[in-house]
Amino acid sequence: MSELKKTALHGQHVDLGAKMVPFAGYDMPVQYPLGVKGEHLHTREKAGLFDVSHMGQVFLTPDDKDFATAAKALEKLVPADIRSLEPGQQRYSQFLNEDGGILDDLMISRLGMAGYEHVLYLVVNAGCKDDDYAHLEKHMPNNVKVSVKDDTLSLIALQGPRAAAVLACLNPDVEKLTFMTHTDLELKGTLDTPVWAHVSRSGYTGEDGYEISAKHEDMVRLVEELLTYDDVEPIGLGARDSLRLEAGLCLYGHDIDTSVSPIEAGLIWSVQKHRRSADAGYLGAERVASDLADKSTKRLVGIKPDGKAPAREHTEVQDVDGNTIGEITSGGYGPTVDGPVAMGYVARKFFKAGTPVQLLVRGKPRPATVVKLPFAPHNYFRGN
Amino acid sequence: MSVKYTEDHEWIKVDGEIATIGISAYATKQLGDVVFVELPEIGTDMEKGDEAAVVESVKAASEVYAPIGGEVTEVNEALEDAPETVNASPDGDGWFLKLKIKDASELDSLMDEAKYKAYCESL
Repeated sequence: MSELKKTALHGQHVDLGAKMVPFAGYDMPVQYPLGVKGEHLHTREKAGLFDVSHMGQVFLTPDDKDFATAAKALEKLVPADIRSLEPGQQRYSQFLNEDGGILDDLMISRLGMAGYEHVLYLVVNAGCKDDDYAHLEKHMPNNVKVSVKDDTLSLIALQGPRAAAVLACLNPDVEKLTFMTHTDLELKGTLDTPVWAHVSRSGYTGEDGYEISAKHEDMVRLVEELLTYDDVEPIGLGARDSLRLEAGLCLYGHDIDTSVSPIEAGLIWSVQKHRRSADAGYLGAERVASDLADKSTKRLVGIKPDGKAPAREHTEVQDVDGNTIGEITSGGYGPTVDGPVAMGYVARKFFKAGTPVQLLVRGKPRPATVVKLPFAPHNYFRGN
Repeated sequence: MSVKYTEDHEWIKVDGEIATIGISAYATKQLGDVVFVELPEIGTDMEKGDEAAVVESVKAASEVYAPIGGEVTEVNEALEDAPETVNASPDGDGWFLKLKIKDASELDSLMDEAKYKAYCESL
């Protein structure tokens, strides 16, 4: 096995007492001494700091400095409308293959800084990033430059109800951002020299919060600064998973992969209306259109086990008569819900909230109910 | 009452012909917060090494194996509503089940407290 890669914050994780595990080729913290449950609850109550530097950061820059050139090129690969992105705005979408299967899901931002408004900034999953970069290189026209910045940029997330108040101590302007917008600014606080950072009001926990990109050496200083706040605790991948599951957010390789389309995965909200036809002009558009028309496809739904027993990934989902109707793709214990939570695919006729189902846990059918996602309410900041 | 341990971190306390079984403090530390315990039916006949219970933490499900053979005489039903007791008191109120011992000689191969302590330190 090749040696695991380390993020710029690796030494800090070890010093904080993290338990490190291999994840997507990186040696990453799965939990700190606080433990998964404590970290999860802390994030929902105060603010959690996550190292997500293993994720891929890539820029698309059109030679002609015309935003439309980059937007049109990217619109051939994702269902989302990119051309209508305003400077400083971001959107969630997916790379699809020709068959409409999901190659990866990603965040797409149009930079807002004067002189850079033609540039697109993408954040992609660690486990898919090498394939994503090859996909972009293959499909971007010659006049759109693909620049991967994993060698220079780190990425962290600060999530939770206290995230805004904490980050505002480093620059009050961050409080002006609304959900899914971003800006570039200096973060100062008690730092000797300020850190130049790209700050986006978004995340993967369902809470208000930020994702912050900065150069590796600056990020080490920024993380030290953020951890001086009593409200901030470092959070590992374990709690990142339980937080996103309660928030009903898909995890690539589990809830979504090349075997499912964005429609089956319940991601239609991320496909703008005029991008839902077979001739919308992106890879996989035919599948998106046909899945919308075809009522026989499966759907990703929330599933709440009625008892206390968690149902893990690959648990069989049955109708009340014991016929197989699907499979759990993410499942476990939700600390905020204080009970088991799960997501999985069911045949379309069972996808309505309130439908009773059974989960085959260790050979025993256990009652469960199809529910509306999320399990824990989203607390995004959409403006006062 | 002497306590013995397995390499899978179960403990077993013998009182006459009845043995009480649970998981060690070391095991609970590795598992993290216990959120669910699945216990066997009373009257189940177990062989040494059979799956006796399942303990689920926030992270994953793990099997608990019978350190010796016997018939299940009692299970700790309090764990259904309060699985966190396993973390709070692994060698006390967090016990899992009681067995009527079939063959006491099966206890001989288990570790005593000193041996188990050394074993954990070696991991």
